[in-house]
Formats: sequence, structure tokens, C-alpha cells
Amino acid sequence: MAVVFEATKGLTGKPFHYCPGCTHGIIHRLIGEVMCELGILEETVSVASVGCSYNSYEYFACDAVQAAHGRAPAVATGIKRNIKDKFVFTYQGDGDLASIGAAEITHAAARGEKITAFFVNNAVYGMTSGQMAPTTLLGQVTTTSPFGRDASYQGYPINVSELLSNLTGSAYIERVCLTDYKNIQAAKKAIKQAFLAQQANLGFTMVEFLSTCPTNWGKEPLEAMDWLKEKMLPQYPLGVYKGADIDFKKLEADFKAARGGENA
Amino acid sequence: MAEKRVLMKGNEVIAEAALRAGCRNYFGYPITPQTEVMHYMAKKMVQIGGNFVQAESEVAAINMVYGAAAAGFRVMTSSSSPGISLKQEGISYIAGAELPAVVVNIVRAGPGLGGILPAQSDYFQATKGGGHGDYRNIVIAPASVQELYEMTVEAFNLADKYRMLAMIMGDGTLGQMMEPVAFRDVEPIVNVEKPWAASGRNGRAEHNVVTSIYINPDDLEAKNNELKAKYDYIEENEVRFEEINCEDADIVLVAYSTCSRICKNVMKQAAQKGLKVGMLRPITLWPFPHKKINEIAAKSNVKAFLSVELSNGQMVEDVKLAVNGQKPVHFFGRNGGNLPSQKEILDRIIEINENPMGGAL
Ligand SMILES: Cc1ncc(C[n+]2csc(CCOP(=O)(O)OP(=O)(O)O)c2C)c(N)n1
Ligand code: SF4
Ligand SMILES: [Mg+2]
Repeated sequence: MAVVFEATKGLTGKPFHYCPGCTHGIIHRLIGEVMCELGILEETVSVASVGCSYNSYEYFACDAVQAAHGRAPAVATGIKRNIKDKFVFTYQGDGDLASIGAAEITHAAARGEKITAFFVNNAVYGMTSGQMAPTTLLGQVTTTSPFGRDASYQGYPINVSELLSNLTGSAYIERVCLTDYKNIQAAKKAIKQAFLAQQANLGFTMVEFLSTCPTNWGKEPLEAMDWLKEKMLPQYPLGVYKGADIDFKKLEADFKAARGGENA
Repeated sequence: MAEKRVLMKGNEVIAEAALRAGCRNYFGYPITPQTEVMHYMAKKMVQIGGNFVQAESEVAAINMVYGAAAAGFRVMTSSSSPGISLKQEGISYIAGAELPAVVVNIVRAGPGLGGILPAQSDYFQATKGGGHGDYRNIVIAPASVQELYEMTVEAFNLADKYRMLAMIMGDGTLGQMMEPVAFRDVEPIVNVEKPWAASGRNGRAEHNVVTSIYINPDDLEAKNNELKAKYDYIEENEVRFEEINCEDADIVLVAYSTCSRICKNVMKQAAQKGLKVGMLRPITLWPFPHKKINEIAAKSNVKAFLSVELSNGQMVEDVKLAVNGQKPVHFFGRNGGNLPSQKEILDRIIEINENPMGGAL
């Protein structure tokens, strides 16, 4: 019988603890698949952050280091500088990356660290029960913006991909979502491109995933998908913010050639 | 060992010692009075193909240390008091994840921005935790440039041996001081295997995970008890101190690093006046020489202890715990960046000699 679908070896197989309808799990799977398809699982180190994905190291089958809240890009810097021919990625939420870790991510990008940040933007602090994040939309009700985020009181959302793409040290930045098959395939491609750009030492790379948090948005899984499309996409347009001119076909061909076609 | 002595500044010797100990990673953020460590590293580390990163903050620097240590590499950072306060988060994580790393604190006077002059007012934050949780750091307090060299090398060995953080505590006097130092031809580097390191599986069947998270309370308690057992072992086996003339001393000074040097001179003056003064110099501040001090306190000749510090009284708390009520314990300190004069200390000794109970803590 032909195998039509297989669990990726890029993940350990431990069941996810994420809520129903949460897209953290899809992102995990895509990263696991790409590590296997590129053949880099054994030479990758992931850096887990603090948020709902604090234990992503239990799921990714590569080596892993767990970092303090917001510090993953600094931890990744310390690792990558010592294993320059390997792959290092961080997996961070929006509270982690855009609030407490704003300095660490900005300077990792400015230094052009050859790491990849997988940035999961769900417009809320998931783990600590739905507080306002720097990415929370204007008008969005959270446990700490109970009357809706008011610009005059709580300021404006931060568009991280746009911000970091202004830094010369960033090489490739793309924002994606996971609302349907087409977007999921585009997200997977972005993950692969980030690793390829990292491997080619082009500079700092990041993929921003617009992600659902049905639990803290107070929505059913399908409603959450609709809310993301309706509310988040206008504030956070999808697209390549840095590195649109990179010839990824060539990068991939060179990468495979250098490995003797082992992953062809 | 070749006895070729060179004249060097304390801070530069720390950096040179780290390089000789095989450290190829330095992450730091500028702060007076330790910047020479960083300047030396910025040049030499790059010349020998190591990693030097001027981080965006002390918070980032200590987390880079955490990353390099997690990947299995020797790593160091240096800073001074306000910067060490910022590093405490990372230091706690390093303890929790059991990572080997060396942190240098060239202490300056606080609290707050305080001043840049020498102090020993970081004794509490170095030896009593500083960050959150039940943990310890090995804390070593060299008293000369030669010791800065030898003990920095040793700090790397101890860090690797016990998978924990070793801190070198100095102050601006020691860091800026030029003294002759004799380097060894070959460092006594203890190469420890690090099968736990996360640097890519490379054929390993299971993935390695470096973490300090134990969500289940039983798991965390077991982990903490494991750490406690390690710390107990270190307290039994790694205490270092120097004992001078305590055999027939009436009064025993307790002082470390810069203060111990001043006290050595005071001891000579006291001897000229016919006073019997000894000194116990802790070299490891943690593990603290509790047992040794307790033994000295039990001697019938000893009338009192005097803890001399560049603080308003921090180490004296450990001295009292060690003496355990057997003899009176006195304190004398200057702070804010001031050093005590020999005369001030001698006057205090004379007072205590006349009235050992007077003004005891
Ligand atoms: C220093 C520190 N401050 C606060 C916390 C509490 N905390 C844990 S997770 C979290 C927010 C995480 O939100 P985000 O990064 O958006 O991840 P999500 O859970 O939404 O995926 C906070 C504030 C912490 N662990 N450490
Ligand atoms: S709280 Fe939100 S982000 Fe966290 S697992 Fe549940 S749905 Fe996902
Ligand atoms: Mg979030």
C-alpha cells in the first residue's frame, strides 16, 4: 500500500499540548518537515522561548536549548558563533520577541546573526491567559485591555517584520499565515528559504507566522481562523519584507550540490 | 614551570588567563572598572579565531554565555556591580540548567549607580544567590595579579568539573594594579567531556536538551535536591583559604582580596606593638571557610574576631555564623569607594585588644 502521509521524523512524536484550533502545532510540523527535507535535522539546534511553546524542545527532534523570556536570540547567538556550519533557530511568541525580548531580536538582526527566528504572532500573551501583547490590534479586547486596546492609552501595535527589515543586517524576512492549504504551503516554503539563507550566511532571517489563539480570543477554532483573516491581515499584510531578490532556486541547487545530492 | 615574570595590569591578566585556559568565547558590555578585560579580548580573541561579541546589554551578554555553554564551549563574561545585577537572571538559568561558565565581577561601590571606586559590597549578591531560586555559585576572591591569573584558570576547571558558574570577585584596585605575573608554560586544563551539550545530534540517537524547566513539582524537587548534594560536596572539598599566624593570635582578622593586603601590613605594625594578630583570608567566598573559622574560634588563645571589609558589613554575617557565639565578632569597614587606612584598622585592633567584648556584633 502506498504511504500517502507520514509523521515527520523532524518531530519526536510526543503529542502536542496545544489547545484545539491553535496553529502552533502546524508551525511545528512544518519546521520538522523542512528540517528533514533539507537533511539538516542532525545539525540543527533549536532555542525554545517562554510562552505556550516553552517546551517546543520536547517536540523538535533536533538538539535544543531552552532560553529565558525574550532572550532566545542572544542564546542563539552564543550557540551559532560556535557552530558556524550548523543551523540554529529560535521559536518565539510575540510577547517574548516583541516585548521583553525586543532588544535581543533587534540587535541579533542588526548584527546579522546567521540564525533564524520563527516568530509566532497571535496578538496576545497566550500562556499567561490572554494579556495585551505589543502586537494586539487596536480595539482588541484582552485581559489587560478589557475595554479594547485604545491607541491614546495603550499605544499602537508593532509590525515586527516591517521594523526589522529596515536593518541592514537582516537578509530574509517574510510574513505568512496558516489559514488554508495554499498559505500553509507558502509558510513551509518560507521556512525552507530562511534555512537556505542562513546556510548561505546572508544574515539574519525571520519568518513571522500569524497564528491563532482561540482560547484567549474567546472563539471557536473556525471563528478564530476567520477573525485572523478579517482583523489581523489588514494590520499585518503577508509578504516578503526582506530578501525578495534572493535567488532561492540557486541557493537550493548549490546547497544540494555541496551535499553530493544526498537530499535531492 | 618557567619563571619568566611580566608586568601586567590585573584586568588584562584575567583576559590572558581565560585565553590560556582555552576559553574562546567572550561576551560583554562596557562598564568601568573592568573595561580592560573587554579591550584585551576584543583584540586577542579575534586574532586567535575565538568569538568576541559586544552585546547590547549585560542581559544579552549573559544569555550569549548561556548559549555558548549549552553548546559545550568554554565561555566567559566580565562586568562590574550594576552589570552583574542585570546578569542575575541569566546566572539563575545557568545554575538551573547546570552549565559551566565563568563570570568576572570587578566590584564597584553601590547601591544604584553608586561610584566606580573599589568595594566589596557585592558579597551578598555573589554568595547568597542574587538571582531567584535555590542555587550557589563558586565565588573566588584573588588578592594579587598572580592569583588573578591562577584562579581564573582554576575557575574554568571548577566550572567544567561541577557544571556550574564560577565567579571571580575583584575590585578596581586589583583590576587596575600592575604587578609581575609568572605565566605557566602549559595550563593545567582539565578537559571534561560534555556529552550533554546541545550542538547538533550528529548521529546521536536521542536529542540533547538543555533546560531549567521542571513543571512537575516532584521532578523540580528532585532536581533541586541533586543540586544541593552537589553543593554539599563542594562545601566539603573545594574550600580555599590562607591562614596566617592564627596559632597564638589574640585577635583574628578575617579579610579577603584587597582588604587582606591592607590587613597584612597592619599585622606587621601590630606585631611591632607587641600585639598578637592573626588573619584568616577566605579565598573561596563560597564555599566559605566556615569549618576553619569555627576551629580557630575554639582555640583558647583567641579572644576576638575582626572582619574587615569594603562594605557596611556583609561577610561578617558568615563570620558570625562560623564563630557560632564562641567568641565576640567585630566589624570594621569603609565603603563608597574608600579604603580603610592601616591606622584605622590598627586603632580598632587596639580597642578590641583592651576590651574584646566592647562593640562586638
Ligand atoms: C521574566 C519573565 N516575566 C514573565 C514571565 C511570564 N510569562 C510566561 S509566558 C509569557 C507571555 C508569552 O506570550 P507570547 O510570547 O506571546 O507566547 P504565546 O504564549 O502567546 O505563544 C509571560 C509574560 C516569565 N516567564 N518570565
Ligand atoms: S493558549 Fe492560545 S497560543 Fe496557547 S496553546 Fe492555547 S490556543 Fe495556543
Ligand atoms: Mg503570543
